[in-house]
Amino acid sequence: MARTLKARRQAIARPAEPLEHGAVPWLLAVALVTAGPHVGHLPWWLSLVVGGALLWRAWLWQQARRLPPRWALSMLVVATLAAIGWQFRTLFGKDSGVALLVVFMALKPLEMTSRRDAMVIVMLGYFLLLTHYLYSQSIATGGWLLGAITLLSAALIRVHGGAQPIAAIARHAGLLLAQALPFMLILYLLFPRVSGPLWGLPEDAHSGLSGLSEQMAPGSISRLTQSAAIAFRSRFVGELPEKSDLYWRGPVFDDYDGLTWRASVTTSKPPPQAPTIDGIGPPYAYTNIIEAHNQRWLLALDVATTLPADASLAPSLQALAREPLRVRSRFSFASSVDYRANVSETPETLRQALALPPEINPRSRALAAGWASRPPAEIAAAALAMFRQQDFYYTLEAPLLGANAMDEFLFETRRGFCEHYASAFVFLMRAAGVPARVVAGYQGGELNPIDGYLIVRQSDAHAWAEIWLAGQGWVRFDPTAAVAPARIEQGIAASLPAGEALPIVIRLDNDWLRQLHNRWEAANNTWNQWVLGYNPQRQREVLSRFGWRDADWRRMSASLAVLCGVALLLVAVWTLPRRRAVDPIQRAWQKYCGQLQQRGIARAEWEGPGDFAQRVARERPELGELTREAAGYYAELRYGQRGGIGQNRAAALHRLQQCITRLPPRRRSST
Amino acid sequence: MPLANRQSPLSEILAAADQVILGKSRQTRLALCCLLAKGHLLIEDLPGVGKTTLAHTLARLLGFQFSRVQFTSDMLPADILGVSIFDRERSAFRFLPGPVFSQVLLADEINRATPKTQSALLEAMEEGQVTTEGETRPLPQPFFVIATQNPSNQIGTFPLPESQLDRFLLRIDLGYPDHNAERALLESGGRREQLPTLAARLAPAAFAALQQQVAAVHASPALLDYLQLLVEATRRDARLVHGLSPRAALSLLAAARAWAFTDGRQMVLPEDVQAVLPAVARHRLRLLSGSYADAEDIATLIHSIPVA
Repeated sequence: MARTLKARRQAIARPAEPLEHGAVPWLLAVALVTAGPHVGHLPWWLSLVVGGALLWRAWLWQQARRLPPRWALSMLVVATLAAIGWQFRTLFGKDSGVALLVVFMALKPLEMTSRRDAMVIVMLGYFLLLTHYLYSQSIATGGWLLGAITLLSAALIRVHGGAQPIAAIARHAGLLLAQALPFMLILYLLFPRVSGPLWGLPEDAHSGLSGLSEQMAPGSISRLTQSAAIAFRSRFVGELPEKSDLYWRGPVFDDYDGLTWRASVTTSKPPPQAPTIDGIGPPYAYTNIIEAHNQRWLLALDVATTLPADASLAPSLQALAREPLRVRSRFSFASSVDYRANVSETPETLRQALALPPEINPRSRALAAGWASRPPAEIAAAALAMFRQQDFYYTLEAPLLGANAMDEFLFETRRGFCEHYASAFVFLMRAAGVPARVVAGYQGGELNPIDGYLIVRQSDAHAWAEIWLAGQGWVRFDPTAAVAPARIEQGIAASLPAGEALPIVIRLDNDWLRQLHNRWEAANNTWNQWVLGYNPQRQREVLSRFGWRDADWRRMSASLAVLCGVALLLVAVWTLPRRRAVDPIQRAWQKYCGQLQQRGIARAEWEGPGDFAQRVARERPELGELTREAAGYYAELRYGQRGGIGQNRAAALHRLQQCITRLPPRRRSST
Repeated sequence: MPLANRQSPLSEILAAADQVILGKSRQTRLALCCLLAKGHLLIEDLPGVGKTTLAHTLARLLGFQFSRVQFTSDMLPADILGVSIFDRERSAFRFLPGPVFSQVLLADEINRATPKTQSALLEAMEEGQVTTEGETRPLPQPFFVIATQNPSNQIGTFPLPESQLDRFLLRIDLGYPDHNAERALLESGGRREQLPTLAARLAPAAFAALQQQVAAVHASPALLDYLQLLVEATRRDARLVHGLSPRAALSLLAAARAWAFTDGRQMVLPEDVQAVLPAVARHRLRLLSGSYADAEDIATLIHSIPVA
């Protein structure tokens, strides 16, 4: 016992196995591929350090030079850690943690001499891969990481398997991953899903989400149109409404302070009455898949008549979720584009829809006062006629406005985007005594013919107006349509002058480019719905499609284990060398060898019976004679001529089996 | 008991050879096996380790007619095969057979000759006959070539191409003698003087009979399974340029039969295959790095195939 311990200690103390020169580029590639994509989120100086360290190591490798001394490396590590601490003010948290890992990955190769170091790099690589998902979960990231994981496996094979052609290593790595594929699929389908992330995300996790905000000032919507990001996708069950009817309702603003529009805070008790809607037109049924925007509104088509259970219709007619949307979510609606809403509006709402900040914009007030005697519908028509007939321009490049913003816009600059026209229109209506409010949301959208989804982007963001007419309720007026009808009928790209800055995908003219783009977005949509959006509800849907309706997590875990076991068995049967059915001769010989193994001398798998018998005679003389006899029977039975020299095979087998019982009893091992 | 100590008709020959070539019984036995399996033998090692002595000793013990050619770079095919000269008395050409017309031809330092001369010899080895000046002349039976070559990193050598290496059934190296063998050598003087005193141990026709017995040694299906697994493993191995050819597999089986026979057995065991595998495979397996497989590569190969 003491001897084995000593031997083990010696084995540990043995110098580490050196790393082959030819394996180094593989590990540098691992470092590059796993740390590289983080360059986008790292401070620029850190990217320089990482790139420099890897280049340095590559140069040392190419020149076959010695690695830098330990003290220099220690100083480099301390300096970089201090710089990271200074940059992020902490060494914990997402960004600084990733920065640390990346630095480790870049500096470790500089002290990489043994196989053990290589293993550290590979393991670090696996860990670093995971961190990429903190920043992006796109198809591109998934594809990159799949490639990276193949490279990591290949590096492992290279480190342990010696020099081989690259194609052989790649094939080997690919084969290993292919064997993992069934497990991946089983785990993906059956691993019990939880809603929301498994662990708490940092506070800043949702800060970067773009979309409509809770207030509107000049410029806020035109800024949004600079983004081609998808706001939501919508799929209609039947036909699509006319493009000019596609008004997706977001926040409703009825409180104006002279610069900014907000939603008024209602404190009245009881809360405002529920909206009353008479849908006149036929309902359109559709499902919205809304990107996370950290707000509650669900961007239903004006106006929603049927809502999903976990949504409600606000008094201002928006569909609202219970909680702000922090993840991409699906909601199904039915809407009528032809409707009467809130014909009997509460006096408080109407009062709010007439409120104006005092004193500002005197010229606009005077203009409106001139219309005040007419009926409300005519007032609205007069305002629209003004926008249409006078030289107003629809442009993203609106001049800045001062304190009397409406006066400046209506009488001097006359250049503006939808938020300018909507707020000017509402201001004029209120000044003329007609209840009015601003509605923000999206207008239009673009049908992707590949998968039939209507894609609505941030660039489709829009603002329009509503006035309340007695007997008709809230009626939509879109002053932008009066200035630039093309915006509503053809979309934003057609309505703006060609020189103005818009995301390139919105202006794609080339047919096959557009086709390619459509395919890409359809693929993204599938990815979003089936990979990223594979939540408990989706999982239940999929399982019920396989006829499994009442899947709870216990049963899923159980079937997961069973299926993985079956897959493991199949892979094992497929990969392990086929063992022929063991015949009684082999079984007897294996049993004899097993007995010897228990007595401290084991036959190597590749050792033939004659050689083994000789070795036993040499190392354990007391077992030598019997083993030689057993090996002789076995050799004759298995390798000898059938029926040769009058041998009775059954008798020989019997004698071989008897050799097992003739073995001396096992001693209690005392050594 | 099949594995008990046995006497084979060849034990006496091997024992006598061991008296001359000290401490090299394994190589001597492999060389004998090569002749028993009707193959040609290639011995590769440094000058002065006893390659020629080994060849000469075997030839004398087996009672073969023996001739030796020292290959040089200015040697021509006719120097080996023989030439026709004009006989004035008979007014006709007369063929003077070259050294190839003997039972054991020791081709010393074969890789010093130019490829043209090498291939003349190798053709004779393959065909068992020589064709010169339009006339085909059979070689004596049996006909063996025992070629020696220097390690090819020595100056002034023309390495044998792979296709010609393949014609040698076995390739062995001798290596330095161990301490005791060398001391015995130093004490008793050189070995060459003993050679003329060696008497043949076999009657002339006896060797052919032994060869027939070797070819009849039993190879069971289980053994062929094992042999095929070994050969197939060389073809799958990504570190090798290519695996063993079917001809190499036949050579392996023939050599293993001879090895079993020299052990006095009538059946081939996996360890016979293992014993001859280095000599059969090392000059036929080339690594991607360009060098031929070494003993360790062959050991790795053997250890990767279980014996059932």
